[in-house]
Amino acid sequence: MTTQAEFRTCPTTGLQVHLSAERLIKANAVVAIVFLLIGGLFGLLVALTRWPAVHILPADWFYLALTAHGLDVLIVWIIFFEIAVLYFASAVLLNCRLATPRMGWLAFILMLVGAIIVNVAVLQGGSSVMFTSYVPMQAQPHFYLGIILFAVGALIGCFIFFGTLVIARAERTYEGSIPLVTFGALTAAIIAIFTIASGAIILIPTLLWSLGYVNYIDPLMYKTVWWAMGHSSQQINVSAHVAIWYAIAAMVLGAKPLSEKVSRTAFLFYILFLQLASAHHLLVEPGLSSEWKIFNTSYALYLAVLGSLIHGMTVPGSIEAAQRRRGLTNGMFEWLRKAPWDNPAFSGMFLSLVMFGFLGGISGVVMGTEQLNLIMHNTLYVPGHFHATVVAGTTLAFMAITYLLLPLIFRRELILKGWAKAQPYVFGIGVAGISLFMMGAGTLGVSRRHWDITFADAALTFDYPAAAFLMMGLNGIFAILAAVGGVMFLAVAVGTVFFGRRIGDTEAVEIAAPGVAKTIASYGSEEEIKIPGTVVLVAVFFIAFVLYYFVNWKYLSDVWPLS
Amino acid sequence: MAISPPSERIWWNQPVPRTELVWIIVAFLWGLVMFFMMIYWHAAGEQNLSNEAYRTTPQAFAQKAQEMAEAYTVREEADIPVVHPPPDSDVYLIARLWQWWPILELEKDKNYRLHISSLDWQHGFSLQPVNINLQIHPGYDMVLTVRPTETGEFSVVCNEFCGIGHHNMIGKMYVVE
Repeated sequence: MTTQAEFRTCPTTGLQVHLSAERLIKANAVVAIVFLLIGGLFGLLVALTRWPAVHILPADWFYLALTAHGLDVLIVWIIFFEIAVLYFASAVLLNCRLATPRMGWLAFILMLVGAIIVNVAVLQGGSSVMFTSYVPMQAQPHFYLGIILFAVGALIGCFIFFGTLVIARAERTYEGSIPLVTFGALTAAIIAIFTIASGAIILIPTLLWSLGYVNYIDPLMYKTVWWAMGHSSQQINVSAHVAIWYAIAAMVLGAKPLSEKVSRTAFLFYILFLQLASAHHLLVEPGLSSEWKIFNTSYALYLAVLGSLIHGMTVPGSIEAAQRRRGLTNGMFEWLRKAPWDNPAFSGMFLSLVMFGFLGGISGVVMGTEQLNLIMHNTLYVPGHFHATVVAGTTLAFMAITYLLLPLIFRRELILKGWAKAQPYVFGIGVAGISLFMMGAGTLGVSRRHWDITFADAALTFDYPAAAFLMMGLNGIFAILAAVGGVMFLAVAVGTVFFGRRIGDTEAVEIAAPGVAKTIASYGSEEEIKIPGTVVLVAVFFIAFVLYYFVNWKYLSDVWPLS
Repeated sequence: MAISPPSERIWWNQPVPRTELVWIIVAFLWGLVMFFMMIYWHAAGEQNLSNEAYRTTPQAFAQKAQEMAEAYTVREEADIPVVHPPPDSDVYLIARLWQWWPILELEKDKNYRLHISSLDWQHGFSLQPVNINLQIHPGYDMVLTVRPTETGEFSVVCNEFCGIGHHNMIGKMYVVE
């Protein structure tokens, strides 16, 4: 095989970085961030409209903005960034050339063109059908076409990732097994294949239906298959951001997984069970049996949840073990107190971990319980939950790794370092507020995707509790805070790319926290690992989980009997 | 480190630390508790969906609702009939752009076989402030037996986006002694 791949040697890690891979990582990450800006702006407008005292957009613009917000952040921002992560976790971490960089550019162009077509379709006004585009509501044909083109591009990106793994193995660019982070990325890519296949199965007929070639699409069938794409795509995010948690813990603190076997098995649970989650959206649907709902909504026996619960201990556990090894052994929590909280990569990663678990994880399991869904389905509780998972979890983790990619891949020194230090906190607190107040309003029954909860123009009327209005106001305030955090991120990231000091080709950058040995260390005998602080954190989490779970059964038992 | 190949080539034979093992067992058992809780609630709880549903058409469903309304209308409100059907009977609620039809008046602590279906797009049945939320599909007649346990005036908010009039789609339900 003749390869004329050009490499540079990374002065920080000693890895061979394939220049074509590096260019693709940059392009995908930059476009991702541009769409984060667009989608985030739509999101802010949505939140300000939901704030009854502000109510900034008219109804048609609100539904348009909500559709665009969902597509631009949940699909375009996240998947563009994930493609960058896949290329990084394969070509860069495996010291290897990227498979077929030209196809990588084809994938990039397809995704970009698809994303632009979808945005044009939505902005033209005839496709305000929400992210989910439930039939029989119909969008313009190019709305579906744009999503399909985008998905084809993403699919090519996944196959380039697989191809790179094959090349790395064939050319022996690494010893032994692939790194855990690459394994996590592999999990994400496998789930992505399932996701995109489901999307093709449902969106291609829907495109034909919108063109008039298919005359009927069953709405329940559409929802079942659509969510095999819609929910699984969120599981790609989970796999990707968990992989990033491990990556940041390793890069900043030299943390090593407590047990490769356990962490990899937890990723394997994602591959085996996460696809069942389509059922989370079908729990109060007609025509599906309870047996089907219970089996699927629980991912068999909560086995995918088990995967996340395992990562929830092993990620902070590996950080604690690494910190204790550095000598931070006083008391329960010296390791945590003296963690590099002023390093935005670390603080972003840790906030992502905590908020994903406490806010997103617990609420997701509760809402995904067959009967409990009755008191939450399609209320604002749902967006409250997924802003904790996808924004506080995935987006914050992606922002955190960006602070490492800027010096390593873009070869630029961060500008506005003070802003960068504060950014994860500003954004994190903003998103935590958004999630909590939407969940609160949802518990009070407030509908999601609703322009006017005062029902001012309706023939009949209804007053939600005053507390719900307070929560929607607070949601607006915290959305502004999150938007400030988002703007800070964009200023640092875009500013650094264009104006940051260029880092020389032989100049190493300091990624690890001060005092962290750069060499790969083992802990010695596995029996010696003591992580009492993590045990306390996990116990607090578990107690909160159990209490909140049963409180919701109490709420349900007060509702009118149904059978 | 997690970004480099495992330092032990044969990593799958490494022992699992005890703390991890204990947590895996606790977490697995908790999963079983949550799994069996759903099944337990079907046996012992009172809030379960029957999952009884039939294929229907907008015409057929509208006709049944019409027949019920003709037989049991007691008054009108905002041009919508208020219907007081007898307990234990089949009652019909139509979801359509952008209205719930008719207004049902039910008796407290009595059972009703409530049928709900959409005549056009998907809608969301959100009974407030009780907070019961159901997804309503066109072409599917969803049936559930409901027993109101409190009297008063309740609202049915649509909580699935159904176009530009979605936020005005609100209906009523009364429960009397």
